[in-house]
Amino acid sequence: MSAASLKVEHLTMCFGGLIAVDDVSFTAMDRQITALIGPNGAGKTTLFNCVTGFYRPRVGRLALHAADGREFLLERMDGFRIAQQARVARTFQNIRLFPRLSVLENLMVAQHNRLMRASGYTLVGLFGLGVYRRAKDAALERARYWLDRVRLLERANDEAGNLPYGAQRRLEIARAMCTEPVLLCLDEPAAGLNARESNDLNELVLFIRDTHKIGVLLIEHDMSVVMKISDHIVVLDHGRKIADGNPAKVRGDPSVIRAYLGEEEDDELPAEVARDLGVGS
Amino acid sequence: MSSTSVAPPPAAMPPATAKPRHALLAPIMKDALVTGAIALALAIPLVGFKTVDRGSTTLLETRFGPMLCGVSVIALGRLAFSLINAGYARAVFAVAATMAAAWPLAVVLGAAPSGWLPLAWMSWLVALSLALRAAYVVWGERAAARGNLAPRERMAATVQRFSAFIAPVLIAFAVAMPMLPLADQRWVDLGILVLTYIMLGWGLNVVVGLAGLLDLGYVAFYAVGAYTFAIFAKTFGLNFWEALPIAGLLAATFGVLLGFPVLRLRGDYLAIVTLGFGEMVRVVLLNWNELSNGPKGMGDIPRPSFFGMPFSATPPEGVTSFHQWFSQHVWEVSFSPIQRATYLYYIILALALLTNWFTLRIRKLPISLAWEALREDEIACRALGINPTSTKLTAFAIGAMFGGFAGAFFATRQGFISPESFNFMESAIILAIVVLGGMGTQIGVVIASILLIGGPEWFRDLQSYRMLAFGALMVLIMIWRPQGLLAFREPTIRLKPVSAKPS
Repeated sequence: MSAASLKVEHLTMCFGGLIAVDDVSFTAMDRQITALIGPNGAGKTTLFNCVTGFYRPRVGRLALHAADGREFLLERMDGFRIAQQARVARTFQNIRLFPRLSVLENLMVAQHNRLMRASGYTLVGLFGLGVYRRAKDAALERARYWLDRVRLLERANDEAGNLPYGAQRRLEIARAMCTEPVLLCLDEPAAGLNARESNDLNELVLFIRDTHKIGVLLIEHDMSVVMKISDHIVVLDHGRKIADGNPAKVRGDPSVIRAYLGEEEDDELPAEVARDLGVGS
Repeated sequence: MSSTSVAPPPAAMPPATAKPRHALLAPIMKDALVTGAIALALAIPLVGFKTVDRGSTTLLETRFGPMLCGVSVIALGRLAFSLINAGYARAVFAVAATMAAAWPLAVVLGAAPSGWLPLAWMSWLVALSLALRAAYVVWGERAAARGNLAPRERMAATVQRFSAFIAPVLIAFAVAMPMLPLADQRWVDLGILVLTYIMLGWGLNVVVGLAGLLDLGYVAFYAVGAYTFAIFAKTFGLNFWEALPIAGLLAATFGVLLGFPVLRLRGDYLAIVTLGFGEMVRVVLLNWNELSNGPKGMGDIPRPSFFGMPFSATPPEGVTSFHQWFSQHVWEVSFSPIQRATYLYYIILALALLTNWFTLRIRKLPISLAWEALREDEIACRALGINPTSTKLTAFAIGAMFGGFAGAFFATRQGFISPESFNFMESAIILAIVVLGGMGTQIGVVIASILLIGGPEWFRDLQSYRMLAFGALMVLIMIWRPQGLLAFREPTIRLKPVSAKPS
């Protein structure tokens, strides 16, 4: 599977008078996990929505350099074309599965474009020719692989809406991976997971990076996840980038500490935050 | 209607041997009396008095007898309903089922009171629905005790599973029906009507059931198909089979044209705009005299011929009519209108089966799964690279195409069409069939068509009360199964075998 790096240049997004993302530039390298962190309202999800085509940015460039040398300017593409052609996949902060479809069907929908081509845009598929059957078997095999990966093989024929919360999160990642993306964007994948599930998730994300060799762009509040698995961290606050670098560098950055904990220097650090950031005692 | 608000929690006591339920009897009686009092207060002015026009004066007649009967039915119904919820479902079932059975028995024995027909019907419907409700509760308790699905879910699932066996039986019946001894002209005509609506229901099912686009203007495509056939047949002399694909194609084109601007709307907004489009098509047909002959409608639309042989008693010079050919080659028959009706019946049966085959095939293809996914969550679909516009337009076009086929059939069957045949009521009935049958199911549409189209025809003896019975039936079904008769979705694809690999 090929990989791609995403270059974000001077990205600015406004809603009326509110500047949600203000002149942000960074690069998400291929085969790296890039984490976007920042306090609530910092503009992380807005930036995500720009990258995946749900918003059209006011200013800036989003260039995706694919390994085959092609370049996609994401800010000019419709939302579905970003997923279809530039092959950027995403998950959502509030899980968006197809609850009444089965788990397996969720993964088949993700392979829609490939299957549509194989079914001759429905015209050929009506008569059940071999081309389509082979494509369908390949799609099933891919779905089985990812179901096995996220430990949902036994529940393949159940309704997706009936899965427990943690399983729904895993299924959403599996569904995104079934589109065979070159860049995977995860919006708070660890939200609402317990410690063990969160640990599983870390392993899954690392597996995707190491085995499938693609870049992962990650929004996360859970510092234990971010610090453990990220190769590169971008910190946003009030729409601006305030720090950028590897976990060790970001952890010690005074502006990051200030953004998270406020201006008052003598405020006591909550023990948990201090431990996660690795500052204080 | 959960019983939990009235009864103590079931964990504290099994429903069969519950002692404290007697304590509930007093409030239940009081509740029923209050309901009766309210009904009485409403019924005295509404039902109790009737103004009668006698020449120059208006007299006031009293109708206290039926009024009191009606009020007591309401009070007793309320009492029975509360008793079902309080754990007396078996007792209520026994009483209500006896009453529900007594009335048809009285009719058969000729002992039914004449003159009070609507009231008797109402009482019978109330008794029947109470019996059904009580039976449902009893079976639900049993099923819950065994840890199964609720009975209606199980029933729907069973029907869906066995549809593979039910379908051939139904098809065989449909094929054989005109040849059965009971099949007279009325039966064949009713069969044609029901099959037309089954086909329309299956066509709309693609749009509403699978793609989840609430289309209230479906009759527009029916009209486009009918007028296309009429115009092409009359202007260019095409026969039914030549004009049929054109009608379907043109209707599909209209589906795309109408769909394109409205598909970014969702839910109620889409429904309102499609309603408007449906009316626009009708108004255009009403006013565009040059094209459609306006409100006078188009007559003399060619009837279908059997391989060029018309169905008529006196064919024109040099043309063999069907009954002449049949007499020569098979056996001696004289002309009868039922021959044409039977032929039309088989045409619409074939068209309906084509629609069904198409829908069943397309359920196995990615486009249908994408429709269902779009119905569930459009944003997630975009994130997966599915083009929402073209996917929805395909659904719209396919639905419209089948509407167009049915419209062409309608035109050739009637021989006369006018814009009045394509009003909103038609759209509403087709939509009701889809919703009632259970969105996305095939066999549900068949059952709903038989109920909604066949039902009112069978109940013609009830005269104007048949619409009341129709409404009551709809209300009952909406209470009993708001998601439709057979809304049980089987996954279109299954993973076999589902075994956990040792990891």
